[in-house]
Amino acid sequence: MRRFDYARAEDVADAVRYGTRRDALYLGGGTNLVDLMRETVAQPAALVDVTRLASTIEGTETGGLRIGAAARNSLVAEHPAVRQRYPALARAILAGASAQIRNMATVGGNLLQRTRCAYFYDVEGSRCNRRSPGQGCDAIEGLNRGHAVLGTSSSCIATHPSDMCVALAALDAVVHLAHEDGERSLPLTALHRVPGDRPDIETVLRPGELVTGVELPRLPLAARSTYRKVRDRASYAFALVSVAAAVEVEAGIVQDVRLALGGVGTTPWRARHAEETLRGQAVGEPAFRRAAQAELAAAVPRAHNGFKVELAVRTVIGVLNELTREEA
Amino acid sequence: MVVNGRPVRLPEDPRVSLLDLLREHLGLTGTKKGCAQGACGACTVLVDGARILSCLALAVQYSGRSVLTIEGLAEDGQMGPVQRAFVDHDGFQCGYCTPGQICSAIGMATEIERGAPSHVTADLTGTVEASAAEIRERMSGNLCRCGAHNGIIAAIQAACGAGP
Ligand SMILES: Cc1cc2nc3c(=O)[nH]c(=O)nc-3n(C[C@H](O)[C@H](O)[C@H](O)COP(=O)(O)OP(=O)(O)OC[C@H]3O[C@@H](n4cnc5c(N)ncnc54)[C@H](O)[C@@H]3O)c2cc1C
Ligand code: SF4
Ligand code: FES
Ligand code: FES
Repeated sequence: MRRFDYARAEDVADAVRYGTRRDALYLGGGTNLVDLMRETVAQPAALVDVTRLASTIEGTETGGLRIGAAARNSLVAEHPAVRQRYPALARAILAGASAQIRNMATVGGNLLQRTRCAYFYDVEGSRCNRRSPGQGCDAIEGLNRGHAVLGTSSSCIATHPSDMCVALAALDAVVHLAHEDGERSLPLTALHRVPGDRPDIETVLRPGELVTGVELPRLPLAARSTYRKVRDRASYAFALVSVAAAVEVEAGIVQDVRLALGGVGTTPWRARHAEETLRGQAVGEPAFRRAAQAELAAAVPRAHNGFKVELAVRTVIGVLNELTREEA
Repeated sequence: MVVNGRPVRLPEDPRVSLLDLLREHLGLTGTKKGCAQGACGACTVLVDGARILSCLALAVQYSGRSVLTIEGLAEDGQMGPVQRAFVDHDGFQCGYCTPGQICSAIGMATEIERGAPSHVTADLTGTVEASAAEIRERMSGNLCRCGAHNGIIAAIQAACGAGP
């Protein structure tokens, strides 16, 4: 591991002052970054520890919930307001990693965790455009069973691995950011970039920009939301496909819906085509299937991940069936 | 930092992991290095009561915190109740994963006590109980290559009611 300077930020001003230094990176729980530094995928000259910044979870004036970026994943999933009002978020976090990792991982670090593409990690042996721009992508013709089918490009087909982000994408979450030049907020769905021809630029963040928190808006239908994750083993594995969903039904008709997919997209994938297809339709499998297929129509499967297309369609149907069971 | 009740100096080099601090600097080799990537749980320790992976933790981040390892669990030279239960229920074979399993189980017990839900909890707003299914899910971050899982689950179930 390359030598680095370590500094602990006591407040946001402190953090962004250090953070705008050349080759500095913010450090949350370290569960992703320490690993990447050992593999020399990341080689920061300085780490700015942001785990002592705001970690509070509190209601907003507009009836939403604001979560500090330093909040540990386990405490977010455990929070009564999250469990009652945004169960998809609690379920998504609990479906990810292990209890020990969730105790360490912060919300900010979870948002900005890097892909788990094995070629991205294999500095010595593999070509990867995301890690080393212009090198090529060994996944496209390689072992791509775990890779994305939506939002891909001829440069990169890596998935965004976060479960939490999929729920946040479905629930209209907003990300709060701070920089030496000031603060701004973005919808979570605008934070991550699809790879295009620059997979190395993963987010819209400017160098040194800090995530200070995530805000969930007031969203009554989210009280009936859930998250389902399909994986190779029942626990402690990344998603092959996952679905976060919330539905509001009246007299058997879908009034409103939120849907996002994990494991299939290069970013946490908000399924807007599916949502549009579903609004105003009678609940039931035919409408659910049409909606899911509308979203997956753009899928570009590779040699080993074609199964994800139908798996995603079926998982969407399964989750919507579960959420609308009493309405049918 | 305090380790098993004793004050400890942090390393000068920020690259030192909490695991290496324990094993290499302090000679506390009970905590094991399995994968050093967060995948096996062998390096699990308790920090202020919460279970974490010491292999992915930079020691400098834990200044001012209280770390408890397998070496700190005995009370008056006697094994703690979770340790005792692992012996009674054959909760290990080679023993390599055992310190991590035991620290993890103690952390898990406090999570259940304060009502934290898990992936297999059906009702997120209800109460949680230490059923075998709950324990299996909650302990999934601790692998055992010997396959002693049935004994591990039995030991934890037996010890959980009695608290750590
Ligand atoms: C074995 C294993 C299994 C896993 N399984 C899953 C899984 O099934 N599902 C899942 O979703 N995740 C999984 N994870 C990933 C885990 O969720 C992430 O590692 C974790 O969320 C990262 O959070 P952190 O605080 O440790 O981030 P760090 O490792 O500290 O940082 C990650 C990145 O975020 C940046 N960063 C951190 N905080 C901020 C901030 N406030 N502002 C700006 N940038 C910031 C860092 O610079 C770094 O680039 C797994 C990880 C491991 C090791
Ligand atoms: S899929 Fe993306 S991350 Fe994986 S090797 Fe190709 S360019 Fe790299
Ligand atoms: S050694 Fe830490 S998880 Fe394997
Ligand atoms: S007892 Fe041998 S690895 Fe678990």
